[in-house]
Amino acid sequence: MAKDILKKVKKITDGAAGVISRVEELAYELKIEEVMKRDVQTVSPDMRLQDVLDMFREKRISGAPVVSDGRLTGIISIEDLIRSLRKGDIESPVAKYSSSQVITIKSFDPVVEALKVFSHTSVGRLPVLDETDKLVGIITKGNITSGILRALESDYQLEEVRRYRASHLFEDIVSDRTSLILRYTINPRDFIHGGAASTYIKRALVRLGANPQIVRRCAIAVYEAEMNLIIHTTNGGTIRVEIEPHMISIRTSDDGPGITDIEQAMQPGYSTAPEEIREMGFGAGMGLKNIERCVDEILLKSTPGKGTRLDLKIQLQAEDIFKETRPTEQGT
Amino acid sequence: MKLQELLKLVNGVVLTDDVNLNREVKGGCGADLMSDVLASIQPRAVLLTGLCNPQVVRTAQIADVAAIVLVRGKRPPKETIELANQESIPLISSPFGMFELCGHLYKAGLPSLENDIK
Repeated sequence: MAKDILKKVKKITDGAAGVISRVEELAYELKIEEVMKRDVQTVSPDMRLQDVLDMFREKRISGAPVVSDGRLTGIISIEDLIRSLRKGDIESPVAKYSSSQVITIKSFDPVVEALKVFSHTSVGRLPVLDETDKLVGIITKGNITSGILRALESDYQLEEVRRYRASHLFEDIVSDRTSLILRYTINPRDFIHGGAASTYIKRALVRLGANPQIVRRCAIAVYEAEMNLIIHTTNGGTIRVEIEPHMISIRTSDDGPGITDIEQAMQPGYSTAPEEIREMGFGAGMGLKNIERCVDEILLKSTPGKGTRLDLKIQLQAEDIFKETRPTEQGT
Repeated sequence: MKLQELLKLVNGVVLTDDVNLNREVKGGCGADLMSDVLASIQPRAVLLTGLCNPQVVRTAQIADVAAIVLVRGKRPPKETIELANQESIPLISSPFGMFELCGHLYKAGLPSLENDIK
């Protein structure tokens, strides 16, 4: 695994190798058959060039594979037709002007293979063959562009759909008082997963369509509270976030050791965190102060030896309020 | 400032995958205390820090940080890189120390995104 990472790091620092964008990644992920055009217009070797010209014009295409007895024998493009026109030879058969040197590509190849051919040669289209060398489609740069755009769109849509569904939650569910409760169990000294709950809560609020400022305040408050549970508690604790259309209520509770002097604990810079916690960038004595700054109400209750409970409230104002539906408004 | 330009200024090495170098960085913030970061930083800043643990990435995610630059050529543990990849937060290592790093970026016109802690 570590070796893997080193390899990737090296690749990127090579400068010219640059960054692998999502589009480039898709060029490797997408198969030719996913982006190619399937219903291929083909011509036979003995077809008149004049008829090919009419077909190109009607179908709005600029090239077609030449197929004889089900096998691909060549390709004819608009340039070949122009050559025949210049010689006044438009009545000749396809075979006289088509090129028999056809570069093809396999349906199961990644799209990047086609891109390589397009960049190294002057061809504009590639006939696509399956495992048995049967013609199954044709691919142009245009097909690749729209294929990649489609794939990018579906990447994007997935999150959009999730967001859309969640953002209508309070409207779609009819009740006198709708609320969404998220619960998380936090283990003591679990610095690897520390902050994961806050990340989930932040994501949930984003999907619900909360105002970014509200999301930020809530995320920072929960994160500091979550780290407090990890750093200070004996057995860990729980986080409970209740999201209502007008208000977000956060409660963290634990069963010890409790805070001896709450007033002192609230003072900026006061900390009881041990050195190893400070080395990790925490325990600067700013946690509770930070929480206080982010919320509208803070209530800290603690009994030494029993435990601590922290209640936080963030009020949503005017346009930040989630739209909800009550039974009376539903009219049924 | 585009991440691309920042990367050049800090002589940085990108440690995460699929980094969008066109991402816009609005300003900077340098801190080793995560609570300081949470208390002061405004969205879309680059975070300059000497800390390498996964909490740096968590903090960055919570505080809407655009990218993280580790000072003095530090290479973080793989948990940190994995989390940064998962959260799509670019992680960069720079050979410069904190002071020099801040100086280079500030001189290049990158403003401070550190709020007063009121």
